Amino acid sequence: MKIRAKPHFSVSTQTQQKIAFTLLGIASSLVVVPVIVIFAILIQKGWPAINWQFLTTMPRMGMRAGGIFPAIMGTLYLVGGTIVVALPLGVLAAIYLVEYARRNFLTRMIEVAIVNLAGVPSVVYGLFGMGLFVIYLKMGVSIVAGALTLAIMILPVIITSTKEALQSVPRSFREASLALGVSKWQTIRYVVLPNALPGILTGTILGISRAAGETAPILFTVAAFYLPRLPKSIFDQCMALPYHLYVLSTQVPNVKPALQYGTALVLVGMVFLLNLVAILVRSHIRSRKQW
Amino acid sequence: MRKFRETIIEKTILLNGFACILFVVLIFVFLAKDGLALFKTFAIQDFLFGQMWSPLAEPPQFGILPLFLGSVIVTLGATVIAVPLGMACAIFIGEIAPRWMREILKAGVELLAAIPSIVIGFIGMTMLGPVVKQIFHLPTGLTALTGSIALAFMAVPTIVSIMEDAISSVPRIYKEGSLALGATHWQTIYRVIIPAASSGIVAAVMLGIGRVIGETMAVMMLTGNASVMPQTILAPVRTMTATIAAEMGETVRGSEHYFALFALGLVLFLITFLINLVADAALHRKRK
Repeated sequence: MKIRAKPHFSVSTQTQQKIAFTLLGIASSLVVVPVIVIFAILIQKGWPAINWQFLTTMPRMGMRAGGIFPAIMGTLYLVGGTIVVALPLGVLAAIYLVEYARRNFLTRMIEVAIVNLAGVPSVVYGLFGMGLFVIYLKMGVSIVAGALTLAIMILPVIITSTKEALQSVPRSFREASLALGVSKWQTIRYVVLPNALPGILTGTILGISRAAGETAPILFTVAAFYLPRLPKSIFDQCMALPYHLYVLSTQVPNVKPALQYGTALVLVGMVFLLNLVAILVRSHIRSRKQW
Repeated sequence: MRKFRETIIEKTILLNGFACILFVVLIFVFLAKDGLALFKTFAIQDFLFGQMWSPLAEPPQFGILPLFLGSVIVTLGATVIAVPLGMACAIFIGEIAPRWMREILKAGVELLAAIPSIVIGFIGMTMLGPVVKQIFHLPTGLTALTGSIALAFMAVPTIVSIMEDAISSVPRIYKEGSLALGATHWQTIYRVIIPAASSGIVAAVMLGIGRVIGETMAVMMLTGNASVMPQTILAPVRTMTATIAAEMGETVRGSEHYFALFALGLVLFLITFLINLVADAALHRKRK
């Protein structure tokens, strides 16, 4: 224990506490205020640009006019493809870790792998997706290649939240089912999964919102600079909202700010909506859960 | 028959579990395959310690030192801002805020995490850049500092959520014991709770740093993209991530430049891999 000399002017511990708590409160608001500011700026400057035509028509005049329809659709295609791949893979991996895996070296390796997948930089996913899907597997720059890349990227999100959801289903539920002679898989399928569903849903939505907003992984795997038509198949390129915003704000000179802010607002709106749904689903589970 | 079905299902699930390991290995293999090809024609020490990155020069130079230092300076700046902010926020959420405020703050932090990096980059370019330019009387507002500020806000959610977990998993009796001895709530927080949660706090900082080093789009838009040896935080720099994102579109597949970008990706992958291992080890030590 260190012995400290008493300062000449000693502030009472209560006052110290008040000062400390106030500072902590100010710091916390510093974290949240930018969210509000960003949202306010986007709405103020982007809202005037948003109308039916903006959302449903093709870009014109080298993207300086017209709408962002193909970018919206492209993002939806990508998100859809990502979910189709990542959801089963992620949920099954989580089921393995929670229900089947023993505490051994291999299981530990899987956990370390998941932690590392979560930490790989998004642009490295882009390189990897290009190397494996676009070139090695000869998928070309295409929606499949992009969706697969994004799927691997959001896998850790889905696995982690599914694991939590599965772990929160009480042991007694499983034991009751097993005691009735039901097999392990049937117990998981009919008892554990339905109870974990809202939690899995939350994780999936968060994963989707991440996939919808990422730019770097799709740069070299799917994104088209300017493609004023809808993709013809899943082996076609497509435009995507985040990349479109990047192009509008750095690659094309003399774009009207309203167009940029409008695109940003649509993107953020989509992502925020998904996140709000996830937050609501989760708080709903928390309030309903009785075990 | 039923037994057979069970076994099949079990094996399928097992395969999915191993898929994660497979993906990490695949990422490494595909980065290494093209990345290491660079060193057939370009000396590895010139790559690691060369002070010039100019792929279009004759002969091309692929020294990653300026890019590496660019990443380091931006990351340091962001860490200096994000760690105190994130720590304060985590303590406030975990210990001090009343329930309703806690819910609002948590939702706010989650929404901050949800803002796509491209949007942070865009807002930073239009709003933050001009402010930095004016305050410091600079020729351009796109500097390492601008990138650091924006990245700090992207790292804060990671730091807050992991630190808050660490703080709330400190056993209640520690806190109660301290309060019973007459310590104030604040004394308890910084003398008992923070030391007890220290390994979780280390993990939070490491993962925050990992998030910042790997960030690409915002950094590419905000740091000015000058691949020179960084002198001050108020000058434009270029990070490793931004270099890959900016140049990959313009290279010829199979060229030296192409391989150099993969080698850069490999370096990034190894750095984040290391950071994540350390963070994971810290988190694991806590549980034991």
